[in-house]
Amino acid sequence: MLKDKDRIFKNLYGDDSFALSSALKRGDWNATDKILAKGKEWIISEIKNSELRGRGGAGFPTGVKWSFAPKNVQPNKPHYLIINADESEPGTCKDREILRNEPHKLLEGCLISSFAVGAKKCYIYIRGEYVREGEILQKAIDEAYENGLLGENAAKSGWSLDVYIHYGAGAYICGEETALLESLEGKRGLPRLKPPFPALIGLYGCPTIVNNVETVAVVPEILKRGAKWFSSFGRPKNRGTKIFCISGNVNNPCNVEETMSIPLKELVEEHAGGVVGGWENLQAVIPGGSSMPLLPKQICDKVLMDFDSLIEVESGLGTAGVVVINKDQDIVKCISRIARFYKHESCGQCTPCREGCGWMWRMLERINRGESNIEEIDMLMDVTKQIEGHTICAFGEGSAWPVQGLLRHFKAELIDKCENLGNRKIA
Amino acid sequence: MSGKKIAKEQPDQFEFSLDNKKIIEKLLLKYPEDRKKSAVMPLLYLAQRQNNNWIPLAALRLISNILNMPYIKVYEVATFYTMYNLSPVGKYFVQVCTTTPCMIKGSGKIVDMCKKHISSKQGELNKELNSSWTEVECLGACVNAPMMQINDQYYEDLNESIAEKIFLSFKNNQLPKFGSQIGRVSSEPTNNRKTLNRNA
Repeated sequence: MLKDKDRIFKNLYGDDSFALSSALKRGDWNATDKILAKGKEWIISEIKNSELRGRGGAGFPTGVKWSFAPKNVQPNKPHYLIINADESEPGTCKDREILRNEPHKLLEGCLISSFAVGAKKCYIYIRGEYVREGEILQKAIDEAYENGLLGENAAKSGWSLDVYIHYGAGAYICGEETALLESLEGKRGLPRLKPPFPALIGLYGCPTIVNNVETVAVVPEILKRGAKWFSSFGRPKNRGTKIFCISGNVNNPCNVEETMSIPLKELVEEHAGGVVGGWENLQAVIPGGSSMPLLPKQICDKVLMDFDSLIEVESGLGTAGVVVINKDQDIVKCISRIARFYKHESCGQCTPCREGCGWMWRMLERINRGESNIEEIDMLMDVTKQIEGHTICAFGEGSAWPVQGLLRHFKAELIDKCENLGNRKIA
Repeated sequence: MSGKKIAKEQPDQFEFSLDNKKIIEKLLLKYPEDRKKSAVMPLLYLAQRQNNNWIPLAALRLISNILNMPYIKVYEVATFYTMYNLSPVGKYFVQVCTTTPCMIKGSGKIVDMCKKHISSKQGELNKELNSSWTEVECLGACVNAPMMQINDQYYEDLNESIAEKIFLSFKNNQLPKFGSQIGRVSSEPTNNRKTLNRNA
């Protein structure tokens, strides 16, 4: 188990105040100016060396992303840093804790990250429902301004940074970075075609780096304790610590910061009090938020919680939202509900996704009600394949993968429901 | 995005209050001079707050004038995002999360309570409780499931009887304290907590 002294988010559970005075005691804003004095190149290379990968789901190496920002800032093309706090992936509730309990870690990270990518303006895009979290963050921002930690010559570093909050309004798709940019520009959240990538043409056509809350919030600690410290946790290319959200049929659902590559079983048993009814009562786990295919128990027995290990078992770490499903649940209903989520949240721009998400949901509901023929199971797989890879953004994959996971690991349950049809006809 | 109900009865006019006009001035400073359109979402929120939690079409017209953008573009935004209510909702507006992590933990029973106490149909106003309810997608508090949002606040770690009690409190024009209803501070484990213990 990770030792408390190696936990970055010491106030993850809100035992202390979020306020600046408490944050200073926890070491936030300590020597921020000295970090900036070491220069952009040093910061970027240190983050590269730490092997930090984006915590928002895609897992792109953060240092590499930062290095895509143009070296010199053109006068008519200011750079922007956008913090993606539009946390909406079912099973994920980690950024919320950072926003309400550790906002100063995020703000300090904003200053360092902005400096590294040459941005003097930073927008934090919070999901609209997080009203209270937004209020707390605004208080933290005000405190930071009052104490010279933001604004002109922020934290006496010589760099100036303005931070603004922008609220979303209940659209999951705005967590996709280009949809988020559209939304911030005052439009519907429809993802953009890439390339061009936001690092060159992003917000208002200017170079823009979009990072997840957790990614930016861990940056100061990495630079203070060194890339070596951070990369001493986890396996190669899957380094560091990570907040896991463990929800569903566990005895003590909780968020917890642990090392990457921790075995799933240990995570659930050690921190979440185990599966309700015991490990043997486990049916499946969604390891990384609703977009990631579920894993049946036999895989959960051994799998490690990191990007590469979960890809090996045809799933993914995603946002590390671990949803535990025990044998008391109807697995088809669980995934059908996820399909309904995607049907509701599709932005409607690409036909395969707009229509296909509805099809997947309706087909799963039919199967659930025992109205389907057995051939429809393969037809459902076909629909998922028609969506996957045929859309502008990764929502297509996100909606298709959970259904594919169900088909891969729980085909017997589906067949069972379809065979009930035959029985019913006879009756 | 799903279809939106737009109120049939609409006021002819909408005007921002003096206080909100001041807020708007400040809001516009957040965005570059030539990018005022960016403020459309915060302005819609302001209109919604000022107007009992729903936005009349007159407000969309006003916002399109303030931000100098075509009315249809404001309309697009207002209808795209689910949090903008384009028809009246109850003073106590209940949004129950029913996505899988909450579903597993029994959000169906919370929905049953809504049907029993507020209205058999979503979006229908219960005049006595001054309340309406709707099912929503994941609200991002999965570790504290099942949960619901009432107006701006989250009510977490619910069960049937807690939800019932909350709904009945609307009668007395009261809202119980928000947050976890079983005494959690945030998302720590309810017992057997192994990390970040003070005395460890």
